[in-house]
Amino acid sequence: MLTKRIIACLDVAGGRVVKGVQFANLRDAGDPAECTVAHAREGADEIVLLDITATSDKRRTMLDVVTRTARGLFVPFTVGGGIRELKDAKDVFDAGADKIAINSAAVQNPVVIESIASRFGSQAVVVAIDARRVDWGFEVFVAGGRTSTGKDAVQWAREAAARGAGEILLTSMDRDGTRSGFDCELVRQVADAVSIPVIASGGAGSSRDFIAVFEEGHADAALAASIFHFGLEGVGQLKLDLQAAKVPVRWPC
Amino acid sequence: MIAIVDYGAGNLCSVKKAFDNIGADVAITSEPDVITRADKVVLPGVGHFSALASLDRDGLRELLLRSIHVGKPFLGICLGMQWLFEGSEEAAGIAGAGVFAGRCRPFPSSVKSPHVGWNSLSIRDGSNLLREIATDSFVYYTHSFQAPVISGTTAATEYGTLFSAVVERGNVFGVQFHPEKSWSVGLRIVSNFCEAPC
Repeated sequence: MLTKRIIACLDVAGGRVVKGVQFANLRDAGDPAECTVAHAREGADEIVLLDITATSDKRRTMLDVVTRTARGLFVPFTVGGGIRELKDAKDVFDAGADKIAINSAAVQNPVVIESIASRFGSQAVVVAIDARRVDWGFEVFVAGGRTSTGKDAVQWAREAAARGAGEILLTSMDRDGTRSGFDCELVRQVADAVSIPVIASGGAGSSRDFIAVFEEGHADAALAASIFHFGLEGVGQLKLDLQAAKVPVRWPC
Repeated sequence: MIAIVDYGAGNLCSVKKAFDNIGADVAITSEPDVITRADKVVLPGVGHFSALASLDRDGLRELLLRSIHVGKPFLGICLGMQWLFEGSEEAAGIAGAGVFAGRCRPFPSSVKSPHVGWNSLSIRDGSNLLREIATDSFVYYTHSFQAPVISGTTAATEYGTLFSAVVERGNVFGVQFHPEKSWSVGLRIVSNFCEAPC
């Protein structure tokens, strides 16, 4: 049976994994290559590295991180942050990523989804969508959540899929960092609207939240940024809890 | 030396890294001479079945068929495995190698497509490629078309229908999933292939 994926997401700045609350109070949490392998050993089904200081002068540092991380990582590996065009994506794939995540650039220039998908395959293109509840539904925001777009998240997910996205990484900005649970309504609306997998993100606080987003939210995968920092013993414990709730997971790994 | 055939379909670094990790002598190549000299041949690939048309254009098709017929261990991964069948509804005009009978088809409409993620293997007894792999082990998939279960199927996976996860016949092996992304189970499969007698 196809299992529900648990994805560990690590924020990277200046070549190191950093942890913080909504970009504030960043503190060093280790070497990306070591952290990712540790997560994979624990049972993470996939790894996402997000370059949170994705300015042009820092790109080289990030590519070095991707190369070192990919070398010993034999689970799917996605890299996001600062990818604006085909050339950026190619650099990241050449460094060893299996998939790239694009967000703002895809909204500003949706054709970039097609150009990356036609060159590297849809399976390699994750379109990240940051959405917030508004009175008319769920609105897409870009630039790290600072800029509203007027776009409807469900419509945008459909368009991204039609343009060749292989997966949608859907973050609820309302829930991000709150540990109050995923926004199951948002996730369900998007997951039911597209045939490609939807990865739920934002709000993970307990095993119960993951169970809810898989059962009520129809998510195919769920991502947590600080998965070891919300009171669980780690991915292993989370998977045992999911298994007990009859959610199919890859366990033992 | 093991040749990973580069025909322009996707990113081959991950496949090479898995072989590097177990200490195999491996090269990514599209050079006929290198493929001819290789002891073993790996045909990877992701994406659309039509990408396989470049094998015909570049004269690689005959070379690969010859490698198979002279008994070299041959591993098709994902699209490379589908090539071993007769063809695919994804690109009706493009012929597969026909080593295995049957054509690849889309998943039934009862399930979402593509099939992405970790799914389990039901393993038949006697598989060479899956030596020391426990049945129900998980492997990573990403594909929209699937190959039928046939006499050469040594492992099957269920997703809307039962499809071929692994096919084997003598020196020829095919895996629909990505061993290079399937953690320790995948590396074990890569290692089992490397140990196949040339």
